[in-house]
Amino acid sequence: MTNGIGRAAGALLTYGFLGLMAFLSVFPFFWMILGATNSSIDIIKGRVLPGAALATNVSTFFTQVNAPLVFWNSAKIAILSTVLTLAVSSLAGYGFEIFRSHHRERLYRAMLLTLMIPFAALMIPLFIMMGKAGLINTHIAVVLPTIASAFVVFYFRQCTKAFPSELRDAAKVDGLKEWQIFLFIYVPVMRSTYAAAFIIVFMTAWNNYLWPLIVLQSNETKTITLVISSLASAYYPDYGVVMVGTVLATLPTLAVFFFMQRQFVQGMLGSVK
Amino acid sequence: MVHARRGSIGRYYDVNGWLFVAPVLGLIGLFMIYPIVWSLWMSFQSGRGMMMKFAGFANIVRLWNDPVFIKALTNTMTYFVVQVPIMIVLALILASILNNPRIFGRGLFRTAIFLPCVTSLVAYSVLFKGMFAPDGVVNSTLAALGVISSPIPWLTHPFWAKVLVIIAITWRWTGYNMIFYLAALQNIDRSIYEVARIDGVPAWARFTHITIPLLKPVILFTTVISTIGTLQLFDEVYNLTEGRGGPSNATLTLSLYIYNLTFRFMPNFGYAATVSYVIVVLVALLAFFQFFAARERDK
Repeated sequence: MTNGIGRAAGALLTYGFLGLMAFLSVFPFFWMILGATNSSIDIIKGRVLPGAALATNVSTFFTQVNAPLVFWNSAKIAILSTVLTLAVSSLAGYGFEIFRSHHRERLYRAMLLTLMIPFAALMIPLFIMMGKAGLINTHIAVVLPTIASAFVVFYFRQCTKAFPSELRDAAKVDGLKEWQIFLFIYVPVMRSTYAAAFIIVFMTAWNNYLWPLIVLQSNETKTITLVISSLASAYYPDYGVVMVGTVLATLPTLAVFFFMQRQFVQGMLGSVK
Repeated sequence: MVHARRGSIGRYYDVNGWLFVAPVLGLIGLFMIYPIVWSLWMSFQSGRGMMMKFAGFANIVRLWNDPVFIKALTNTMTYFVVQVPIMIVLALILASILNNPRIFGRGLFRTAIFLPCVTSLVAYSVLFKGMFAPDGVVNSTLAALGVISSPIPWLTHPFWAKVLVIIAITWRWTGYNMIFYLAALQNIDRSIYEVARIDGVPAWARFTHITIPLLKPVILFTTVISTIGTLQLFDEVYNLTEGRGGPSNATLTLSLYIYNLTFRFMPNFGYAATVSYVIVVLVALLAFFQFFAARERDK
């Protein structure tokens, strides 16, 4: 009897806790969407009901912000950065596995140590470097320092351990060169690894803030995160408009996440194995 | 000698290995190693803007007498000491509950709790700033529940502004850590838990005696990653508290101070580089202690 009651209480506690955590996690999204339909004053007053200001907010957003350009800037940076990072990191992830030099592990460990270098310590030299190269205010300057990611190399190397070596040996017998094996066998076989890495890198690049804030100084080059931040830091921010902006800025990453959720979880599994 | 014995096959692999690895190493060298060394050199220089000259340890001496730096350091360490343990424990509890296949709707719970990771640091900071406004939804809910009688000044009170930053980062990152633990838990044989259950080991003891020891490498990994993240905190404080570091610098972090020193005040690259090296040293020290602590418990 007591055991049964104990178990019921345990279940209640467990589901209560999970429910509360899920609610707290999701509520800001819900509030963001409601916010887009409310006037700034209602939002500040904490209204949690749909309002009638959606059309006004959207049209104000599109008159204040050159939305197509801003989204194009964000998309350009995110896609360029993702494609280049995946290319370079998967090459290295594969390379570290086929590498037979006795320097391999030492080199790999040294590379992983760079994970501990905080960006704050790099930003001033990088800013001066970009200035000297005449790249301030360009999207290339935003993308370049993000390409080499020790974390993504680490991820690809972990996943490459699952790549069947028989496949490689067979290809070698057929006379394929190493780069051909990589391009025509490794890349297609490791599709899900690429998908998961794509999500992680794309989200990071799309959401990047500090470095673009430093490098992109003119309105023509600004990304959506920079625009939202400046809308929200106005003296009297129009919260309805800000909410429209945050909804629009969050939609692409939300879409990527839901579209590729299964690959994402598989990818994370692969990295821990 | 070793090379000679390995012969041409060894060299073939070597050349290919180097070629595959070279792009990343080149980029890391150019955009990480070179700047970090340059930054170290800069920290021994002083001057306005690009007019810098060697200053020896003057910048380090200045650190000790800079109340704003001390404030930023204290704040950063407060976030680290309070927030990282809360988040790791919360993520572990959530992961171990959601790893149980008998939990109803666990896919849904998992997605919901992971969802915050999808947002940008800027977007959620802006959201939180609105939610925690004086008359905002959080204060009105707390008042309706009878928890508070007057609104909490989340954005303008030095203490509550810090609490708000901690709440915000916990919201954003708990699900992220949880996914790592879930992934690791799925590699653990479930029969271990079954046996423990049949033997009458209570849930809490299963958590502390099976889950935590088995997850130790992943816990170490996430702790180090979170440490690095917390010490670099910028986007949230910049966007939650008006870019200056909150009421009387109450939420100022080291990264934000570096940004202010470089781009907001009269640029002083040398001193800013010195402050940035404080973060480098802290990250290295804390990571070392965490690895050391993990190794000690192994014995």
